[in-house]
Amino acid sequence: MTEDVDAGALPQGAAAAPLRVRITHPRATAVRRADHRTPGREIDEQTELGDVYMTALIRSQRRLAGTVCAAVAVLLVGTAVVGALVPRFARVQLFGIPLPWLVLGLFVYPALIALGWYTVRNAERNERAFTELVRRR
Amino acid sequence: MNRDYAIGLAVAGVVFATLLAGSLGLRRARTTGDFYVAARAVSPRWNAAAIGGEYLSAASFLGIAGLVLAYGFDMLWYPVCYTAGYLVLLALVAAPLRRSGAYTLPDFAQIRLGSVRVRRLAGALVVLIGWLYLVPQLQGASLALRTQTGAPSWAGGLLVAVVVLAAVAMGGMRSITFAQALQYWLKFLALFVPALVLILVWQHRGDGLGSGYPQAPQRTVVHVGSPVTVRAPVAETLRIDGLVDGRRATGPVHLSPGEHHLAAGTRVTLQRGDVVPVVSSLPAQRNASWLRPLGSGQQHPLYASLSLILAICLGTMGLPHVLVRFYTNPDGRDARRTTLVVLALLSSFYLLPTVFGALGRRYVPDLLLTGDTDATVLTLPGRLVGGQGGVWLSALVTAGAFAAFLSTASGLTVSVAGVLSQDVLRIRERTRGSGAPDQSRARRIRLFRVAAVAAIGVPYLLSLPSQHLGLAVVVGLAFAVAAATFCPLLLLGIWWPRLTVAGAFAGLLAGGVLATAAVLVTLLTSDSGWLGALLAQPAAWAVPITFVVMTAVSRATPSGTPPDVGRVMVRLHAPETLAAELRALDRSSH
Repeated sequence: MTEDVDAGALPQGAAAAPLRVRITHPRATAVRRADHRTPGREIDEQTELGDVYMTALIRSQRRLAGTVCAAVAVLLVGTAVVGALVPRFARVQLFGIPLPWLVLGLFVYPALIALGWYTVRNAERNERAFTELVRRR
Repeated sequence: MNRDYAIGLAVAGVVFATLLAGSLGLRRARTTGDFYVAARAVSPRWNAAAIGGEYLSAASFLGIAGLVLAYGFDMLWYPVCYTAGYLVLLALVAAPLRRSGAYTLPDFAQIRLGSVRVRRLAGALVVLIGWLYLVPQLQGASLALRTQTGAPSWAGGLLVAVVVLAAVAMGGMRSITFAQALQYWLKFLALFVPALVLILVWQHRGDGLGSGYPQAPQRTVVHVGSPVTVRAPVAETLRIDGLVDGRRATGPVHLSPGEHHLAAGTRVTLQRGDVVPVVSSLPAQRNASWLRPLGSGQQHPLYASLSLILAICLGTMGLPHVLVRFYTNPDGRDARRTTLVVLALLSSFYLLPTVFGALGRRYVPDLLLTGDTDATVLTLPGRLVGGQGGVWLSALVTAGAFAAFLSTASGLTVSVAGVLSQDVLRIRERTRGSGAPDQSRARRIRLFRVAAVAAIGVPYLLSLPSQHLGLAVVVGLAFAVAAATFCPLLLLGIWWPRLTVAGAFAGLLAGGVLATAAVLVTLLTSDSGWLGALLAQPAAWAVPITFVVMTAVSRATPSGTPPDVGRVMVRLHAPETLAAELRALDRSSH
């Protein structure tokens, strides 16, 4: 908000420089009481142990991302390849509409949303597990 | 009500709403930060609708249906991958990108690598991708105004460019999340309502598609605006007034199977059941083949499909106007949740263009004659639903189309102008020596406005020459360039701590040069065979090359890893709740 306050906007006679107010978060004091090395401190000071915690989080998130991307690839590339190699796939009809059109025009979207939901749930779970690990004394 | 009047009213309404949002933005945008981006307290649902509003462009609103009409099943990859790209973005970059605090892609490059050189190169790529993406928006606007009102073909693009500039000058229009969110719903309804009506009419008529060549469903008069070469798939006698193959014709003309030339100003009258001649740049194929996977009549269709899937799925994360919207999420967790809502919104929208494309094949095949298939969405409702209802539906789709042009064009203009003003104009001022330390707010905004003129003026000029590629195809090329440059930068930057400055620079340069060269060749020429297929869909080879160059050069220059990479990785991946505690700890320990 300091950007908004320029000298011209201050009323005449006001102190030239506004007093600085430091706003601190109450949680900061709670954590500061930790008098031995917590995992959080290890990470912050980039010790080897902190590196291990961080690497573990990144690895779990990377594994999740890899799984989801692989599923997308199987879904999309699989449909393309099956369409190319299995002519029977194109001849099947449902409600008078060819199956490939139903797959790419309709069914694929709920599958993408479900994968998205899976991603969000598991990414948040990984982060929760990491947070609990770091907060543990 | 008169048709032209209704259409004019619809376009004026959308333009007015856009300018109104811009002027509201002026009153609310007090600080430079506000000017660029909304105050960061927006719920995921609004934010997601805003992302959707900005993302759904002319390519989505008009282009997909046109491609489906012309090529068939294989074009369904466009809407599917436009959606799947957000899933890939969600899984790989959404939260870390938000946590990086980067507002633009060049910002990310600088935060992660601390290199001004990489930042500049990334900036140049943003401008390139932005312009490539803006050209079809402006062409779509010209097409829409021309087919709906008969306006000259430079008018629509100019209208959009002027409105976008006015909105940008009044206030950062993109700063209004609310306006972009409304644009999403307008676009959705503008396709949803007509699609429902079309499906009901189609069901009521009980028309099948048939397996032969597309036939005119009713008597239709086609005006040939610019000279075309058409291919008659079978011998057909059509009533033609004008010049055919250099000979004057007034009345029934027998067209032998094969190519024929129609001069500008020629009028072709199709009777019900006539097989429609197809412009030579589009495939003339039977409906049976049109329905089949890989039946699009393109060269090497399986390669084209797979490369397109790669380009769009990986290119979405590298679009200049997408990243900025993520900045309005309060934290990384909300960025993910927002993306999930975006997925749902896009999934609902992308069901609709397919309906227009498929029904268009049955009811407006005459678009194949002129090649104006991008006008499918605009033409179909008026053709299938007569009378006043048809007029209102036409006005509705035209309003939706202009919402698409304006929202995407303004988002891109702001992104490109941001890069131009920050990384080009300001540097120039500095080298001229006038760059006094007081980079005052007013001055920055003035620079930004100058940059905005260039940001949309250049693509407007580029949009004037006529184009042989569909709107969605050109947008697909922009995705390919993004996939071959920013996707590797983001993925390696976020997940691979050993990325070095030299590696990132070499990779961006290699991918950028290769993909751009392929795009230019595709835009300017029409090669056939394997070479043409490889150049028209460059992602399948350009993306791996960029990854290989980035990793190989990074491994060769291990000393070029930025010194603060550990801290940056913590910032990208640690949840915010924890990050606050870590920062507090940091303060107390010093």
